[in-house]
Amino acid sequence: MSQVVDNKVEMSSHLDAERVRADFPVLQQQIHGNPLAYLDNAASSQQPQQVVDAISHYAEHDHANVHRGVHSLSQRATDAFEAARENVRQFINAASISEVIFTRGTTESINLVAASFHEMVKPGDEILITHMEHHSNIVPWQMLCNRTGALLKVAPIDENGELLLGRMLEMLNARTKLVALAHVSNALGTINPVEQIIAAAHERDIPVLIDGAQAAPHASIDMQALDCDFYAFSGHKMCGPTGIGVLYGRERWLEKLPPWQGGGEMILTVDFEKTVYNSLPFKFEAGTPNISGAVGLSAAIDYLQSLGMDAIAGCESELLNYLTEQLSLVNGVRLIGTARKKSSVQSFLLDGVHPHDLGTVLDHKGVAIRTGHHCAMPLMEFYGLPGTARASLAFYNNRRDIDQLIEGLAVAAKMFA
Amino acid sequence: MIDTADNSATELQSIYRQRVLDYSRNPHNFYRPKSPDRQATGFNPLCGDKVTVYINTAEDQVVGVAFEGTGCAICISSASMMTDAINQKSVGNALQLIADIKTMFSEGTEPEDPSLQEMLALTNVRSYPSRIKCATLAWNTAEAALKGDSSQVSTEDQDN
Repeated sequence: MSQVVDNKVEMSSHLDAERVRADFPVLQQQIHGNPLAYLDNAASSQQPQQVVDAISHYAEHDHANVHRGVHSLSQRATDAFEAARENVRQFINAASISEVIFTRGTTESINLVAASFHEMVKPGDEILITHMEHHSNIVPWQMLCNRTGALLKVAPIDENGELLLGRMLEMLNARTKLVALAHVSNALGTINPVEQIIAAAHERDIPVLIDGAQAAPHASIDMQALDCDFYAFSGHKMCGPTGIGVLYGRERWLEKLPPWQGGGEMILTVDFEKTVYNSLPFKFEAGTPNISGAVGLSAAIDYLQSLGMDAIAGCESELLNYLTEQLSLVNGVRLIGTARKKSSVQSFLLDGVHPHDLGTVLDHKGVAIRTGHHCAMPLMEFYGLPGTARASLAFYNNRRDIDQLIEGLAVAAKMFA
Repeated sequence: MIDTADNSATELQSIYRQRVLDYSRNPHNFYRPKSPDRQATGFNPLCGDKVTVYINTAEDQVVGVAFEGTGCAICISSASMMTDAINQKSVGNALQLIADIKTMFSEGTEPEDPSLQEMLALTNVRSYPSRIKCATLAWNTAEAALKGDSSQVSTEDQDN
């Protein structure tokens, strides 16, 4: 028995790197005469053939509108869409499909909560975020504060890019109406201690929203274990298509919040005096949803689970160690974001080379990275930088990709010396 | 399109010509004058490039141009060339030169004015649409300064 368990652990902690890479047609190409080394996964990941096929199959055989017609295609589309919802529920271990709302992506998921929270917030109330948030977890709350007279409070971080947890917990008070923070920082890769923050906020009955855009693709996430009130993530960062994302919401909260958009799908009955809203999750899904996107996301979840989230996390952690080690060996490289617990993202600067110029030189070497402020201007301001270069990894990357990046850095350093 | 690796190196050199690299390291007129009578600040929110252009005029004539800021090699070298190109020109002529440069990047036309010949070193930036804003930032900012528009210029409000 123990033998079998050991074998299983052995199997699940290892990915067949070459086989996995072959699943991604987009990676099999040359850019400016060099093999593509795609290191911009935190911006958007690539889709395996399995996801491309699932979307085509849906379009070729099953497409119609959902929850409306009595005809066969409508039933198939509805079944596919609702099967995708159930698949998401299992993936995040939500208690019920009522808690899984399809959105356009993380940004829309956060905007949904911020819009629906309008009536919960009074002048002088506080929304608590952190200094390392992506603009999509800053601006919706700023807009809510502007509408209601509430105040946006920002928990500080240190030079390594770690949250000052004690300071953040001290900022929780009777006026705090909601806490919103990233599970994993998109610019720094920092993994935040969300469990401790959720527990402390709940002691005061404060709901917590987690921006999981950079966490969901890289490790298993469990809504019931995490115990957060809202969790937002995007399909296109986890090998799915763009334009589909998820808002997980605790049922008790979703029942309490009003819908944020009106239209078809989200109603039970409409007359000109009053509308009765549909039950969850449909109350928050006005209009025809992104059905093929949901089908693609579901296929992406199947794909990730076929590899195993633990195996993915193990593989990416090894690659991150190699990336960090190799970058540290390059003369003139300064690492930005050196938290103790990190996901597969590394921001850095190369002395004497502006990140934008570096991005162009690396592109000529076939290496795709992100350069700029990473939609986190307040964070760049904290470091006193206009921007950084950022390499972000996925399980389909390999050491050759990282070596290609390092070679590109040498070319850039020489050119701008 | 698949190029060879050698072409890639040549292509790279065609954007980062030696002159561009030289100016990015040692830009001309990189300082803040004591009392500029016109100035404007331009910002590229996509990459964080930020330049402030200072202009002194006397009787409708540009008699001094300087700039300060942070940016990539293309942004800084282009800004340096701008300060040389529009200095000692009438305000009307300076605005025309700026318009010619904007057309050069949007349409691919080569400007004929001898004051703009150095800028030909940057024409290949056109092959990189995301970088054109780096090259035009200082020119748009100079235009705002000349027109007396003191509000901040953003590349996202411009055609280029």
